[in-house]
Amino acid sequence: MTSFSPGFRGRPRALTERLPPGQYPTESFPVLSAGPTPRVPTENWSFTVTTELGETRSWTWDQMMALPQQDTVTDIHCVTRWSKFDTRWRGVSLDAFFEGLETTAAHVVADSYGGYTTNLPLADLLGGRAWIAHTYDGYALSPEHGGPARLLVPHLYFWKSAKWVRGLRFAHEDDPGFWESAGYHNYGDPWREQRHWGD
Amino acid sequence: MSDPAAFLDGNSLAGPLSEILSVEPTTAWWRCPNCRRSGTLAQLHLYGPEPGMTARCPGCAYVALRLVKEEDHIWLTLGSGSGAFRFRTA
Repeated sequence: MTSFSPGFRGRPRALTERLPPGQYPTESFPVLSAGPTPRVPTENWSFTVTTELGETRSWTWDQMMALPQQDTVTDIHCVTRWSKFDTRWRGVSLDAFFEGLETTAAHVVADSYGGYTTNLPLADLLGGRAWIAHTYDGYALSPEHGGPARLLVPHLYFWKSAKWVRGLRFAHEDDPGFWESAGYHNYGDPWREQRHWGD
Repeated sequence: MSDPAAFLDGNSLAGPLSEILSVEPTTAWWRCPNCRRSGTLAQLHLYGPEPGMTARCPGCAYVALRLVKEEDHIWLTLGSGSGAFRFRTA
């Protein structure tokens, strides 16, 4: 069985232990697409958080890049059954965007350039588990992989990590997004194999 | 506006749609509610097939339909909103 060097973080988890049920590992980074790839110049890019009361906060690209940056190494899992280990990202934790925001909402819809949407519980975006990622493996994130910036929520299936993200809307109601309204699971936990409705 | 290598033409919907429609689907006429362009289902631009098929207007990329295949079901959503039909296929 292949395993990582222990390094400084103690006993490693074997790769097989890191593979959720029904998944296979891949070295490549497949591109799945539901429409034309938006090309958004960073000078035109903005990211807006809208609370359930209509309060908005927006960041330009430069303002986003001025926020504290984090490097993350994480496994990602696509609902089409591929998983990719140790992907390297750089971006801004959503905690930084949410700091000081007053909300009682439990749900969030992520909106993307190009019209894609996906819904998530707000709790899943807090506590250092979700980012706006702009760099992959040391390079600016390519448009095919969601650049200039995508949502990164690696503990859920990767369709929840919306490419070309441009905003988050808080809501009391849970509105299914692009794939969730078309048959895919509302939450999408790869460890519980929540692929489709009813899983 | 779109990369021709990124999508198929709507004829690729013939197989999965024939599982739920008893008539020939690819010649069906459709009018885009966004840009008012009209044509046949075969002329739509089709993205996918995974995680699902998304057929879009060749003029403005408005979503015409989404189709998701599961083992025993096909989910069909017409237009860009929600409200899918789930057809049992097995």
